[in-house]
Amino acid sequence: MPSRSEMGRGGDIAIVGWAQTPMERHTEKSETQLLMDVISAALAPLGLTRADIDFTCLGSCDYITGQAFSFVSNLDAIGAWPPKRDSHVEMDGAWALYEAWLRLQEGDIEIAVVTGSGRSSTGDPSLIYPMEMDPYFLAPLGADPLTFAALQARAVIASGIADERSMAEVAIRSRSRGDVDALLAEDYIREPLRRHDVPPITDGAAAMVVATGDRARRLVERPAYITGFDHRTECHNPSFRALDDSPSTRLAAEAAGLGDGPIEVAELQAAFTHEELLLADVLDLGDDVSVNPSGGALRANPIMATGLCRIGHAADHVMSGGHRALAHSTSGPCLQQNLVCIVADTP
Amino acid sequence: MSTRPCAVVGVGQTHHKSRRLDVSFGGLVREAVFRALDDARMTMADIDAVILGKAPDLFEGVMKPELYLSDALGAVGKPMFRVHTAGSVGGTTAIVAASHIQVGKHRTVLAVAFEKQSEGNAQFALGSGRGASLGAGGAFAPFIRAYIHRSRAPEHIGWKVAVKDRLNALKNPYAHLRIEDISIEKVKASPMMWEPIRFLESCPSSDGACAMVLTDEQGGDAAAADGRPPAWILGASSRSEPASFPGRDPVRPAAALQCAADVYNQAGITDPRRQIDTAELYVPFSWHEPIWLEAFGLADEGDGWKLVEDGTTELGGSLPINASGGVLSSNPIGASGLLRFAEAANQVRGAAGEHQVDGAKVAIGMAYGANSQYFSTWAVGRSLQPFG
Repeated sequence: MPSRSEMGRGGDIAIVGWAQTPMERHTEKSETQLLMDVISAALAPLGLTRADIDFTCLGSCDYITGQAFSFVSNLDAIGAWPPKRDSHVEMDGAWALYEAWLRLQEGDIEIAVVTGSGRSSTGDPSLIYPMEMDPYFLAPLGADPLTFAALQARAVIASGIADERSMAEVAIRSRSRGDVDALLAEDYIREPLRRHDVPPITDGAAAMVVATGDRARRLVERPAYITGFDHRTECHNPSFRALDDSPSTRLAAEAAGLGDGPIEVAELQAAFTHEELLLADVLDLGDDVSVNPSGGALRANPIMATGLCRIGHAADHVMSGGHRALAHSTSGPCLQQNLVCIVADTP
Repeated sequence: MSTRPCAVVGVGQTHHKSRRLDVSFGGLVREAVFRALDDARMTMADIDAVILGKAPDLFEGVMKPELYLSDALGAVGKPMFRVHTAGSVGGTTAIVAASHIQVGKHRTVLAVAFEKQSEGNAQFALGSGRGASLGAGGAFAPFIRAYIHRSRAPEHIGWKVAVKDRLNALKNPYAHLRIEDISIEKVKASPMMWEPIRFLESCPSSDGACAMVLTDEQGGDAAAADGRPPAWILGASSRSEPASFPGRDPVRPAAALQCAADVYNQAGITDPRRQIDTAELYVPFSWHEPIWLEAFGLADEGDGWKLVEDGTTELGGSLPINASGGVLSSNPIGASGLLRFAEAANQVRGAAGEHQVDGAKVAIGMAYGANSQYFSTWAVGRSLQPFG
């Protein structure tokens, strides 16, 4: 058993490749079709087929898909015949990766494929997301995600971590377009949020191939080793939390060993501009860290895959020559639950 | 396996009922959690991570309820993980929880599963929310007819299983259905639901929860030293296969056979019928008992029904199945799998109370889901080397 495992941070497990679908406002393809494409795309460059997969873990959400047991048909996409060791989480694919990371450490298998998938275009977020809230005290209010995000944005602005200008700058950098003064001249859609502070609605999926160390080194020249992985949750009700802080992100980052060395890139699942500024503050990211070079969730937000894409982009940084990167995923109102994954060029 | 030992040191469950109007979702899960923590002589402070399993969120109309339940489950500041693998989810929840300990990520993990079916319309959700659903019975009846056709089992086999499990339930204080005057005649006279499944051969729809405390070798040894024997995990596995294609056999699913073979291989079980003392099998409709006896190697192919016929699977028989009363007596769907795993653990802990199988040293818990596609199974033992 590798020494990292003794520290509870994982053994010699690495990301060896991933793929994502085109990120679109709406696709007519089913989630199963999206996954069919993206799993094939992730495996092919590695010279692997579905027969090589020892374990699969899928991440998706029935309420996003609009159907109970929606993940069951996705078994067709992983090619579960002969049957596969398999699991499914009602969480972002980032957590599916977490389960696969644990499973691979058991040592009896070598290759796992994890996915995240969602087609948000088929539903109305303002109707769906209130159902994620405490069913007795919060759901009946019918408050939508923009409302909760605006509450948090106000807290973040009040604490001096962000202002409307710095938020607009995040939007411009993420989308590689726009002018700060022009954006700030637009109307609020939920004060203090303007259109540019808000994520797009995206349909999409991502698949990632993970392998135990020796196998990973045979598959690719530079695997992205998962050197730290942790996730934490907080109290659910946003009114019982300090919304200008994210203690669960801080805890997860500490447990994942963020402080063990410098990182070059941080891919944060910040669907709203103020979330990126808050998370960067909580993680104490220096000016030398490139935040969301992919454009982040503000450019493409395939819910249930958004977090896995962050880890994919962080892995890309390492696989293309970088040394160490951080990826973050989140779930729940006002960043209730947060995950931190650290990837590096050495185990 | 090359993994670290993992032990079950606490088990708790709610009283299962059609409607638990006396508790909220949070109240329901806490009832099971506190029983499990009390059983383990622990508090929430001893828990490193919480793993929550339940079946589709459409059952209750609460999306990703683990977010709201974080407080009730004492998960604030901890990892909180949500599993959903259809009907097998309760079993998979235990397996994922164990994985955290087996690789050394955490020392002590709480596995929780629940369903509060009275909050919604389970049959609607079981039809993927499309309405006009046949329900689970409608989906499984063709498989059962195929089993009867192949095995030439007489029709009273289903009735016998239904009576046996309801008699067992009378010895389980948490069971939902308590039918004091259950009899073959009563089952036979109950309405036909989905040919050949009669009403009393069907599982109920329950509100309920189950919780389990899993810990490492040190924790398991400490419990044993304190006179509270743990259940040691001897093997665990999950397998899935697609819903439908030519050549698939839903009566004897390849995923079930592989899942069983994997668990037995890990556990060193070479003769399941002889080495396993009792099993908690996921039997939502009576005929699934002989079907799973065969798929899990507890009977030869075509002979499962004979173990029902001759009383082998009764509480006093040589291979008691579902001594707790099983899914036929309590069915909070998302929790039903964890209940199977928990009841198996309690049997080898000697903690099953009135429905204890005398001298049980090795037990299996099994759950399945979707269109007989998702399988989760574990074998637990009174010791890590129960076969010497």
